[in-house]
Amino acid sequence: MPPLARRNLFHDKIRLTVTLTGIVFAVVLIVVELGLFVGFTVTTSSLIDKADVDLWIVSKHTPYIEQGSTFSERKLYEVLATPGVASADKYIVRWAQWKRKDGAEVGVQAVGFNPYTGIGGPWNVVQGNVQDLKTPDAVMVDELYKEKLGVTRVGEVFEINGRRARVVGFTRGIRAFTTTPYVFTSFKNAQGYCQLGEDQTLFILVRALPGADLKTLRHNIESRLRNVDALPKAEFSNMTRFYWMFTTGAGVAVLIAALLGLVVGVVVVAQTIYATTMDHIREFGTLKAMGAANGYIYRVIITQAGISALIGYGLAMLVSVFIVRASESGGAAILLPWQLAVGIFFLTMLMCVSAAIVSINKVTSLDPAMVFKG
Amino acid sequence: MQPVISVRGVNKVYSEGASQVPALFDIDLDVAPGEVVLLMGPSGSGKTTLLSIMGCILKATSGSVRIAGAEVAGLSEKQLPGIRLEHIGFVFQGFNLFPTLSVGENVELALDLKGIGGAKAKHEARRLLEQVGLLSKYDTFPTDLSGGQKQRVAIARALAGSPGVILADEPTAALDSHTGRSVMQMMRDLAHQRGRAVVVVTHDNRVLEFGDRIVRMEDGRIVTAADEVSKIPPQWAIATEVQPPSQAC
Repeated sequence: MPPLARRNLFHDKIRLTVTLTGIVFAVVLIVVELGLFVGFTVTTSSLIDKADVDLWIVSKHTPYIEQGSTFSERKLYEVLATPGVASADKYIVRWAQWKRKDGAEVGVQAVGFNPYTGIGGPWNVVQGNVQDLKTPDAVMVDELYKEKLGVTRVGEVFEINGRRARVVGFTRGIRAFTTTPYVFTSFKNAQGYCQLGEDQTLFILVRALPGADLKTLRHNIESRLRNVDALPKAEFSNMTRFYWMFTTGAGVAVLIAALLGLVVGVVVVAQTIYATTMDHIREFGTLKAMGAANGYIYRVIITQAGISALIGYGLAMLVSVFIVRASESGGAAILLPWQLAVGIFFLTMLMCVSAAIVSINKVTSLDPAMVFKG
Repeated sequence: MQPVISVRGVNKVYSEGASQVPALFDIDLDVAPGEVVLLMGPSGSGKTTLLSIMGCILKATSGSVRIAGAEVAGLSEKQLPGIRLEHIGFVFQGFNLFPTLSVGENVELALDLKGIGGAKAKHEARRLLEQVGLLSKYDTFPTDLSGGQKQRVAIARALAGSPGVILADEPTAALDSHTGRSVMQMMRDLAHQRGRAVVVVTHDNRVLEFGDRIVRMEDGRIVTAADEVSKIPPQWAIATEVQPPSQAC
C-alpha cells in the first residue's frame, strides 16, 4: 500500500507538531496521575509488603495498618504454640511526636520490630545497620525526611514523645503515604515511644513452616486466640491500600485526574486528526470514487492515528522517565512499572484510534460525487 | 458491437429536504468499446449526473444501467465500489492526484485498490506512465508537474487495472488549448487503439474533433445525438481553434 497515511501525516509539519504535543501532554498527564496512583498504592502498604511473613495477627476488625489496636503480647506465645508456625514477632506501627532541635514537633510513625530477626524492619539501608537498632534509643529514618525531621547526620539525638531517640542510620526511598515519616526502632523502644504497656503489642508477624497450609493455620490461630484476625499478608495489604486509596477518596481523585488526561488527549487528538482528514477530504472522495471500500479509507485514517500514537507515546515516555526520576527525591513517588508503561501504550493507541472515529464518521458519509464538483 | 455501457429509461430525482428536484428524464444511451462519446450541454443540463450514474457513483432513481453486460441499477451502495474498481477509470477536471504521493505512487495506489501490490504494482505503474510519456517523472510529486502532465498522470491512474470504461469530467477545462488537445488525443487513442469506451463531459468546443459521437443534453434530457463528429451541427462547433496535436504538455 502506498504510504498515503504517513505522507498525509508528515505533510503538514505544524499540524503534526500540534497533534504530537497534544498526545505527549495527555500521555504524560496520564503517566503522572497513574504513576502517582501506583506510587501511593505501593506506599500505603509498603510496611506490609516488605515484611517477609505469611500472616499478620491484628485486633479484630482492624481495617488498615495505621489503625491497629493493642492486645496482650501473651498471645505471642499462643501463636508460637500453634502447629505450623515457624516464628512469630511482635510489631508496632503507631503515631508519635518527633521533637526537632529547634523545638518544633513533627508527627511520625514509630515502627517497632524485632531487630534480632529483622522481620518488619527497614530496607534500603544506606547508612548504619539494622543491628544498630538493638541498642537502646536507636532509631533509623529515611533520607527523604531529613529536613522535615531536622536530622543532618548519624548520632544526632532527638525526642519522640519525650523519650530520647538517637539516629543510627538512614534508609533511602521509604516513603509514608501520609507524609508522616516512618521511624524504625526496636519493638521495646517503640513500646516506650508509643506509651504502650509493657505487655502490649499491636501486631504479631507470623511465618509459617514450609509446606504449612495457610488457610488451616489461619483457622487454627483464629480458633485459639480471641479477638484477633489472622490476615494473610496480601489480604492485609489490599485492605490497607483500599482504605487509603478509595475510602479516603485520595485514589479516586488521582484516577479522575488520569481520566481527565485521557479525555483531554482524546479531544486534542480527535480535533487534529479531524482537521487533517478535512484537509484531505477531497482525496478521500477521490479514493471513494475510484472504488475504494470504506474499510480501505478507515485503514488510512487509523494508520495516521496509529503513527501519531506511536511517536507521541515514545516522546511522552522520554518526558515521563525524566519526571519519574525527578520524583525519586521528592515527596510523592511516581512509579512507572513496565506493566503500567505497556498498559499506557495500549491506552494511547486506544485514545488515538478513538479520536479517529470522528474522522471516520465524516468520511463514511462522504458523497463520492463531490469529486465532480469543480 | 455490444455496448459496454447501456443506459435505458434512466430518471434521477434529487431529494432536498421535502422538495424533489428532477435532474434526468428518461435517458437512453449506449457507449460501445472503442468509441469516444462527448457529453455536452449547458450547466445544469444533467451531464455530470449522467456521468456519475454511468460511473456507479450515483444511483438512478429508476431505469436500467448495465456495465459490461451486468445490471447495476439495483446494486447496493456497498456493491457499487466493486463495479467502479473493476470496470471504470475516472479522469477529473481538477486532476485529483494525491499531492503527498509521487507520480508513481499515485498510480500504484490505484493498482493497490485493485489488489495489485509490491513489485508487480511498481512494474505496472512504470508501464502505464511510459504509455502517457511520463516515466521520467515517476518519483516527482504532483506539485512539480504542469497541468497537462498532471492530467496525463490522472489518465495513467485511470488506466490502472485495465478498466473497460474511462469517464472524464471536463478533462481539458484546466488546461490551455494546446495541452487540452494533447490530452484529448490520448483519450482518443485509448478508445481507438486500446478499445476503451471513453465518455467525456465537456463544455470545450475545442475538443469536438476528438469525439466519435456527441450527445447533447438540456434540462436533463438528451436532445440530439450526432453519430459522427462530422455531423456536428455548425452552431455547436463554434470558435474551435484547431491546432496540430502535440505530444508535449
